[in-house]
Amino acid sequence: MTGKTKAWFAALTGAMLILALGFHFLSLELPRDITLFATAVIAGIPTAIRAFQGLRAKAFSIDLLVTIAVTGALIIGEYVEASVVAFLFIFGAWLEARTLEKTRRSLRDLVDMAPAEAQVIRNGETLTVPVDDIAEGEIIVIHSGGKVPVDGPIVSGRGLLNEAAITGESVPVSKSTGDGVYTGTILDTGFVHVKAEHVGDDTTFAQIIELVEEAQETKTRAQRFLDRFANIYTPSIVVLSILVLVFSRNVEFALTFLVIACPGALVISTPVSMVAGLGNGARHGVLVKGGDALEQMSKVDTLVVDKTGTLTEGKPRLTEIKAANGADANWTLRLSAQLELASEHPLGRTIVEAATEADLELGVQPADVEVIKGGGIRGTVDAHEVVVGTRKVLAIVGTEISDEFESYAVAREQAGNTVVFASINGKLSGILSIADKIRPEAADAIAALRARGIKQVMMLTGDNRHTAELVGRQLGLDAVHAELMPADKVEIVKQLKAEGHKVAMIGDGINDAPAIATADVGMAMGAGTDVSIQTADVILMGNRFDQLVHSFSLAKATVRNMKQNTFIAVGTVVLLLTGVLFQKVFMSTGMLVHEISVLVVIINAVRLVKYRDRKSEAITPGKSLAISAAGDGDPERELERAGA
Amino acid sequence: MKTAKFETEPFTCPSCIKKIEGVVGKLEGVETTQVMFNSNKVKVGFDENIVKAEEIAKTISGLGYPVLSQKVA
Repeated sequence: MTGKTKAWFAALTGAMLILALGFHFLSLELPRDITLFATAVIAGIPTAIRAFQGLRAKAFSIDLLVTIAVTGALIIGEYVEASVVAFLFIFGAWLEARTLEKTRRSLRDLVDMAPAEAQVIRNGETLTVPVDDIAEGEIIVIHSGGKVPVDGPIVSGRGLLNEAAITGESVPVSKSTGDGVYTGTILDTGFVHVKAEHVGDDTTFAQIIELVEEAQETKTRAQRFLDRFANIYTPSIVVLSILVLVFSRNVEFALTFLVIACPGALVISTPVSMVAGLGNGARHGVLVKGGDALEQMSKVDTLVVDKTGTLTEGKPRLTEIKAANGADANWTLRLSAQLELASEHPLGRTIVEAATEADLELGVQPADVEVIKGGGIRGTVDAHEVVVGTRKVLAIVGTEISDEFESYAVAREQAGNTVVFASINGKLSGILSIADKIRPEAADAIAALRARGIKQVMMLTGDNRHTAELVGRQLGLDAVHAELMPADKVEIVKQLKAEGHKVAMIGDGINDAPAIATADVGMAMGAGTDVSIQTADVILMGNRFDQLVHSFSLAKATVRNMKQNTFIAVGTVVLLLTGVLFQKVFMSTGMLVHEISVLVVIINAVRLVKYRDRKSEAITPGKSLAISAAGDGDPERELERAGA
Repeated sequence: MKTAKFETEPFTCPSCIKKIEGVVGKLEGVETTQVMFNSNKVKVGFDENIVKAEEIAKTISGLGYPVLSQKVA
């Protein structure tokens, strides 16, 4: 029976009940009883059909209990009870279906983010085709305001993309030729051609949906118990009510018992909370792979964090440039970057990136380039003799570093930077500090986590002790373990577990995967490697540390919601059974209370769909959002400007 | 073996799960049946030489859960 016919049946039988009430006031007893009888039969038939279908599959369903009750009531002449119970059951089922949809809405909204049609270029013509017809390698046209139908790189054009569907981050990201775009994201402004690399079920988006769907089907321990319980519960209620009938010889009492004992609210109480919670996570870029992970996460007291790529951004950046001997900082940066165009060294690339970001023109290729052993490079740029490298390299080429600049450099190194010197025409003209920056949101996020019950935060890293301790001090971590091999990380997690801590481990690299698998809750950064994502129970798609706060708050809220629901469901059953035993509650009132409890449980879970940790809201870099929307769209750079 | 996902009208009671899994699982050629209660889907693994996806869809509809869409992979 579809939702529509269910609604029709409920409306029709509801109207008939009102009609019967009218007859009752007019003291027309025969028409009243006929109407009531008809109501019970019409409302009862769909339920009876389902009960019969269930019986054929050897499943004892709630429909069966209700069918027996309604039939029994009709036989003993309780027409009011029979019709009201039959009506309430069908009306309740319709109402439940409607509210239940709301708990599933988050995921449904996500699914709807994928477009059904796409514009593709075939034989020089632009055609609109269903997305299922797109083949890998085809060129897709996306206009401003359009949804991206495939995963692949932009081959021409540029634009601002809203990637909320994937990352939960609604600030548009600027992308141009060569950058990858994802299915389900929206081209806010711009015009691009994209080469379809992954289509249909192979896209990141489809995989996210698949993952959330699978996660929602996994069961928590409490749920598995309830399922087993429901399996033996329904048949034993039938047996029990027969016993009640045999001993009390009171048919009405036995039937009431049958209706009251329906396990409705109990069976759906925890699954609805879980589904709403997981859906909420998915919409905010937190993918949780199942209810068990949520339950575990709510109990975590120890957070173990990897450094590079997790606490830090994972890519070195120029943090400061100090000009020396009257040279201009931009001029020094430009010449150094031009020379580094010829370099393959990661630090060299960082310098080139910094110059590009500062909009410096890097036109001319350097000449006479020579790599100097000990970490440096020399060459001719714009008729200037440029050397960029370590202290040692400057000593080799004979450039002097005065005491003032030497002590500055040492201070920068102690602050966790790698220092690079630039010499132009034989004179020291600049000192470049390069460091892997701590994520701007990390400190606030860690403070927020502590406020939410995480007792200790520990950093594990393969990096050197000096840098590690510095990061640890800046973020106020409880412990720092540096220079570790992947196996050492596993050992430390194991030891923490053995000490009785509930451990969550978050990382991004292949080297973190074993520790992620060992922890009670494994978490991975979305930009991390596939291995760490596959091993993890929780994935932060937005690759932001503050999503961690949301995931922990959400886990706690979801578990709290499950407990409330179990309490409501069990409380209702206990209350009703007591009422029945003292003959205060009869069939139709019992059914009404029962249906109300089911609705209350669902509505309580719906609250989770909109759940947002208000305190974590405050720590998301809100300031940069406004600036970024108006700026050039590079969020990381905007973040710096906003001083976040 | 092929896997098909049938999307149906929203499920409301967990007892539908047993019903569908029981009946569809007994069809000849069907190897696995999983009812995804929360996403209103039935995932069926079957041998396409013995049974067609359409027949499975008909069976699910016949149980009182109209199939809205199906996807075979």
